[in-house]
Amino acid sequence: MPRFVKRALLLLVVLAMLPASLYGCTGGTEPTPPGASNSGSQPSAAQSGELPDGNSVTVGIAQDLSNLDPQLAATAGVREVLFNIFEGLVKASPDGSVTPAVASDYELSPDGKTYTFTLREGVTFHNGNQVTAEDVVYSLERCAGSENEGTPLVSAFSNVSVITSPDPSHVVVTLAEPSLEFIYSMTAPIIPKDSGPDIASTMVGTGPFCFVSYAPQDSLVMEKYDGYWNAEKAARLDKVTFKIITDTNALVIGLKGGTLDLVIHLPNTLENEVKDQFTVLQDTMKLVQALYLNNAVEPFNNELVRQAMYYAIDVPAIIEFVCDGAGVATGTSMYPAQSRYFLPELAEKYPHDVEKAKELLAQAGYPDGFEMSITVPSNYTQHMETAQVIIEQLKKVGITAELIPVEWESWVNDVYRGRDYQSTVCGIAADDMTAREMLVRYMSDNRKNFIGFADEEYDQVLAQALASLDEEEQTALYKRAEEILNERAASLWIQDACELVVMNPALDGFTFYCTYVLDMSAIGYK
Amino acid sequence: MGKALLKRLALLIGTLLLVSVLAFIAFSVIPGDPTASVLGIEATDEQVAAFRARQGLDLPVWQRYWAWLTAFVRGDFGQSFKFDMPVRALLATRAQVTLVLAAAAFVLIVAISLPLGLLAARRGGGVLDKALDWLVTVTTQITMSVPNFVLGIGLMYLFALVLHWFEPEFVPLEDGLWPHLRFMVFPALAVALPKSAMTVKLLRGSILGELGQDYIRTAYSKGNSRGSALRRHVLRNAMIPVVTFLAMAIGDIMAGSIVVEQVFGIPGLGRILISSIGNRDYPVVQAVVVMVASVVVGCNFLADLLYRVMDPRIERT
Amino acid sequence: MKHKSWYLTIGGILTACMLAFTAAGLFWTPYSPTAMSAPDRNAGPSAAHPFGCDQLGRDILSRTLEGAGSTLTIALAVLAVGFVFGLLIGALCGYYGGAADALVMRLCDAIAAFPSVLLALVVLAVIGPGKYNVIGALGVLFIPSFARLVRGEFLKYRDRDFVRSARLMGVSDLRIIFVHILPNTWPTLLSGLTIGFNNAVLGEASMSYLGIGVNPTEPSLGYMLKEAQGFLFTTPWYTAFPAAIVILLILGVGLIGEGVRERMGVAS
Repeated sequence: MPRFVKRALLLLVVLAMLPASLYGCTGGTEPTPPGASNSGSQPSAAQSGELPDGNSVTVGIAQDLSNLDPQLAATAGVREVLFNIFEGLVKASPDGSVTPAVASDYELSPDGKTYTFTLREGVTFHNGNQVTAEDVVYSLERCAGSENEGTPLVSAFSNVSVITSPDPSHVVVTLAEPSLEFIYSMTAPIIPKDSGPDIASTMVGTGPFCFVSYAPQDSLVMEKYDGYWNAEKAARLDKVTFKIITDTNALVIGLKGGTLDLVIHLPNTLENEVKDQFTVLQDTMKLVQALYLNNAVEPFNNELVRQAMYYAIDVPAIIEFVCDGAGVATGTSMYPAQSRYFLPELAEKYPHDVEKAKELLAQAGYPDGFEMSITVPSNYTQHMETAQVIIEQLKKVGITAELIPVEWESWVNDVYRGRDYQSTVCGIAADDMTAREMLVRYMSDNRKNFIGFADEEYDQVLAQALASLDEEEQTALYKRAEEILNERAASLWIQDACELVVMNPALDGFTFYCTYVLDMSAIGYK
Repeated sequence: MGKALLKRLALLIGTLLLVSVLAFIAFSVIPGDPTASVLGIEATDEQVAAFRARQGLDLPVWQRYWAWLTAFVRGDFGQSFKFDMPVRALLATRAQVTLVLAAAAFVLIVAISLPLGLLAARRGGGVLDKALDWLVTVTTQITMSVPNFVLGIGLMYLFALVLHWFEPEFVPLEDGLWPHLRFMVFPALAVALPKSAMTVKLLRGSILGELGQDYIRTAYSKGNSRGSALRRHVLRNAMIPVVTFLAMAIGDIMAGSIVVEQVFGIPGLGRILISSIGNRDYPVVQAVVVMVASVVVGCNFLADLLYRVMDPRIERT
Repeated sequence: MKHKSWYLTIGGILTACMLAFTAAGLFWTPYSPTAMSAPDRNAGPSAAHPFGCDQLGRDILSRTLEGAGSTLTIALAVLAVGFVFGLLIGALCGYYGGAADALVMRLCDAIAAFPSVLLALVVLAVIGPGKYNVIGALGVLFIPSFARLVRGEFLKYRDRDFVRSARLMGVSDLRIIFVHILPNTWPTLLSGLTIGFNNAVLGEASMSYLGIGVNPTEPSLGYMLKEAQGFLFTTPWYTAFPAAIVILLILGVGLIGEGVRERMGVAS
């Protein structure tokens, strides 16, 4: 049957099933039932070898989406989904740089304090309205904390002193301290004026996809936005359903059963189950997976203990077990895609050495080891497996570690925010390609410093780096900061883990980014 | 009979009150509350304190219980911490899903075990009878020995992944009653099979027991055929222990549904219960606990009524 | 019954085998159940690893042995808690009766009305995970069913002639309860115990399958089955062996219960 006939038939069927009230994007052509998750009644291409009806895909994601306010410092898993719906004045491109988006151009004053943005003409929100300078000022002020008792929603905005709009096509952001890197924070989403907290449910942005529906613990549906300003980068798919499946095994069953077309972050251990039927793409995750140690509590407040543990674990073995050898050891809080700042030699500083580990432990006053706990968000199979491998390795130096699996929300609450933990295995990703993103959280007074690391020299070096206006000097200072982290063994950084993307073979266009981003716009049926 | 019923009703309400108190107190003594999910990952302490005050989390336990109970009775189950939406709205579709699953399992149990139980209770004497006896016991024992989630994994593997009889993705009711039920049959079967085995065994034992009673011999001597004896006299009496058993089994069916939901990825009460426990979203947990308790206790009450209708001999105390 | 009970024989043999298997797991496993070996990841059954290996190269036989051992220990402990307290409460209530009896039985009804796995889940949410907490939570929830069973038996015997005459002879109540009445209730209790044991195994397996109250580094059959679910196609043995062990363990004891009922003429 020719494709268009099929699609026409499908459209008829959809129309026949539709209730009178249609809800879709303004300008959207093909209506879909409101809130209905894809029933998946068509056989997937992976099984039947033909194209599925309708230009839509279902993506399986392993993390529940909560707190969908796009400007609130959301978790990486939420950001990667919202990347498709919202845009900033600039947006991330695959190589890690930023390209103009809602702004068509920008200029930085020589003193490094004033950014002037020229707004692009013809950018519209998903509700059809033009993006005005007022919307932009509102959005940026909201990021700076205008609706949050002055606490910035995006932490880098604490450096903003004033946001103005001299004329309808320009917006000027003035900083308190000079910063070359602030432009990366301008990826902060632009939302319609006076959205308020409702933005988390209305989700009106300017991206290539518009939001359709969200059912907690179930799915998020988005559709192609026909009014997208950049025709070249417009979405190829008409509809994308993110299916929330926090159990990795269920992801595999969904793939095998033909209900999922795309799964990101699949653990390597499950690769064999799906590789016959699906296209498997491999890269690294653009994050640093580590056994993060709470430096504020005993015995991890002792540098010798931390170093001993670093010698005790066998990083290459972990990478072999968990990522089939495809992860890259990092040795500090920086991942290889950040090629300007990444120091590969740091990964060699703590080779696997049980004797040395025991010696250091004895020096630290723990000749017989100690007991500790590792708290891990249980929806991340990879982190769970890593923790189990680490526990085995730590046994050899007398350290008995207990694994405590927790729900993602508890992890955020207790570990990340509450800092009530001993150690945790997780991945820390960056919003953008600045070294700042990966390093500020180790400054003693930083809000994100859940590791509780406090080191005067580090604070000094990083403060200098942040204020520096000379790129080379700045890079050198960042590298020095990375070395200090490694010397002090603030945590046991393991790897930039292997990223596996499993895709229906009928699809193509998947693009890996240097940051933690999932760009659905380039994906489509061949 | 009216007085006895009133007494049962009082007991039912008392049980539910007890469950609600326990559910509420239990979750009030656990430290910590889920502010992070509402306020975002980088919230300050002041924001947290303000949130707690707004949610009434700083009031004494009994005040919160009373406020919660009165609201609950009015149908307001409170606000979910995590999803920032009314618990009632959050649970509405999930409760429907679990209830459909449990009901489907119940119907399957009855549909499977009644004919099989009657069939197995045919007794002519002799070798054949002995063999049947064995067959029934061994089959039921084996079926009873398979945990429902293992059965679920097996059904999923065989029918969804190998035979492709159904797709392993939940079909909501909005997509039509028939597709919904078609999907639900498999998880319901996983819940129902072990219980059906027990019911078959019980029904068979019960019928055979009744057939040996004096009144049946009398019925035979009056010229009743076996079939009419069964229909007129035996079944009614033999059903009494079965009804009791099925009523008692409703709790297990609900629990089984909640476990099997995890196997089939069904977004019912089970998934939200488990994740809400982990996320400390207590308004949701309390509501689920009280809802499940209401269903179970309510069904037991109905069974009790049925029981009285079926067997007038039951003492009217 | 004249003939030898086949249920008892087969169930006994099966249970003996399973007990030997699980008991062995408490003392000895061919490999450390947590030891990992990179080359053996997802290895199929072989002479070196009769049950194969899991995704981290851990020996499934060793893990199954240890998991079965821990399931058995938990099930027995749960049974012990439920049985001892159920026996005491049931015996006292059944023997003395009165208002206290009515109150306790209503409470038991209330608890028994609620699915035990669900209740245990909620209880564990409050008291936290861990082996002993699982035993405590499930054990307490098993008390009501035993109490009701024992009480029923005691009601049957407390006004029998042999009890009356013992009372007339001035035998103490405790002695009557435990020496005169209790032995008569054994067939029913034994049958109840086999059912209770199976429910305890099922309860533990379900809870660890849900990932509630278990420590993932310590092997448990339910959690192994949960992990194995993603590997059904490439490593079906990962699911098959732990599942078979759970089923056979329950089947053996179930057959014994059948045999007991057949021999002693107890209604099921």
